[in-house]
Amino acid sequence: MIKVRRLVKRYGSKPVLRGLDFDVLSGEFVALLGPNGVGKTTLLRILASLSKPMSGEVFIAGFRLPSQAAAVRRRLGVVSHQPLLYGDLTAEENLRFYGRMYSVSNLENRIDKVLALIGLSRRRRDLVRTFSRGMQQRLAIGRAVLHDPEVMLLDEPHTGLDQDACAMLNHVLGEVAARGRTVVMTSHDLSVAGNLATRFDILSHGKIAASVQRSEIDPDGLMAYYRKIVNEV
Amino acid sequence: MSDNLRDSYQVTNPRPLTNFFHAVWAVVWKDISAELRSRELISAMFVFSLLVILIFNFALELDARARENVTAGVIWVTFAFAGTLGLNRSMSMEKDRGCLDGLLLAPVDRSAIYFGKAIGNLIFMFLVEIIVLPIYTVLYNVNLFVPGLIITIILGSLGYVAVGTLLSTMAIQARTRDILLPILLFPLVIPVLLAAVKASSGFLQGVSYDEISPWLNILIVYDVIFTAIAYMVFDYVVEE
Repeated sequence: MIKVRRLVKRYGSKPVLRGLDFDVLSGEFVALLGPNGVGKTTLLRILASLSKPMSGEVFIAGFRLPSQAAAVRRRLGVVSHQPLLYGDLTAEENLRFYGRMYSVSNLENRIDKVLALIGLSRRRRDLVRTFSRGMQQRLAIGRAVLHDPEVMLLDEPHTGLDQDACAMLNHVLGEVAARGRTVVMTSHDLSVAGNLATRFDILSHGKIAASVQRSEIDPDGLMAYYRKIVNEV
Repeated sequence: MSDNLRDSYQVTNPRPLTNFFHAVWAVVWKDISAELRSRELISAMFVFSLLVILIFNFALELDARARENVTAGVIWVTFAFAGTLGLNRSMSMEKDRGCLDGLLLAPVDRSAIYFGKAIGNLIFMFLVEIIVLPIYTVLYNVNLFVPGLIITIILGSLGYVAVGTLLSTMAIQARTRDILLPILLFPLVIPVLLAAVKASSGFLQGVSYDEISPWLNILIVYDVIFTAIAYMVFDYVVEE
């Protein structure tokens, strides 16, 4: 579903991604792990067509970036650090706006179902700026799944959420994964990633330093494995 | 995801042109809806415009003849500075909560985002102009409801917003965005302001159309050229 070859990205003279190769199969839930500043967000922004690499090749669902970016974007749902929501619009108005941008048919029906999924049906007519961080993040997930994307890209989606909001987010992500959607998620929290992902890729020095399947490692061993790889590299 | 979430909807892929106009309308609708709630942009532009024409009124102490002579300059200075406020506010709304990324992630031609933002900005600018013109007429005792002047204001606002929307998108990416926009914008809109002031002044002083038409032609050509340039380069401007 996702194929990345020899990806290079620099900010000024500082190299962030150094010839990175990365593959994700259809239906996989990949957790991208790594210390701060290692290039996780940069990689996700390139996959989301929000940033262009210096060199290398990126294919998503068989479409090449950046030349076929519109076709790729139609298949992507993105959740970033920020909710990408308008504070002066209500929850349903935000979803209606993004639904129109994605040309979602039966939009009102779809909005009802997404709001029910994220547990915000009763707050649908409230302005987003009155929402807590957790509610905004739930709505951000709703925005991202509104057009039923084949691929979900999640950049630290649990950041700043309390336990209840994390549980709700995990429930939604679990449902997305259960539908066979492909998910790539960056996370600092190994326990959260350990519960959701089917594969763990550790990013270090601009490359994938290690990759391990969930079936190959127990949740307790993940932390030790991560530390070993990061310290080795 | 639950089965009931799966049924009866799909992402349609209408003809590109239909998709384009849907996206333009969606952005315009979103900007107007948000502004109707907050009223931040319109009220800032309106209060600023009112202050400028009041300050000019008291500071210049003009006789009737002088008022007619300076009117074109005063109204265009007012519109230009109030317009900058509006452009800054309009794009900063996209920067809050990362909404610009949300727009850029949509599977539409990115020029649709430009046209949506530009039409929204133009509507807000026209609204302020509609409110300011009668107030100016009363304060300065100069009739501004001259058809030629109205056409000039429409053409001038079009050119100003065409360039301003593009440059505010560039400026919003910078840390110094509030001061960067006027620095980038005013040198580029000098032809618009010059032509608009000359044409407006001509209409107010009853000059023959033959003398005014070159200035109107400059406005029309500027509008067409800069709208076309913005259409072509917007994708590069928003690229990281």
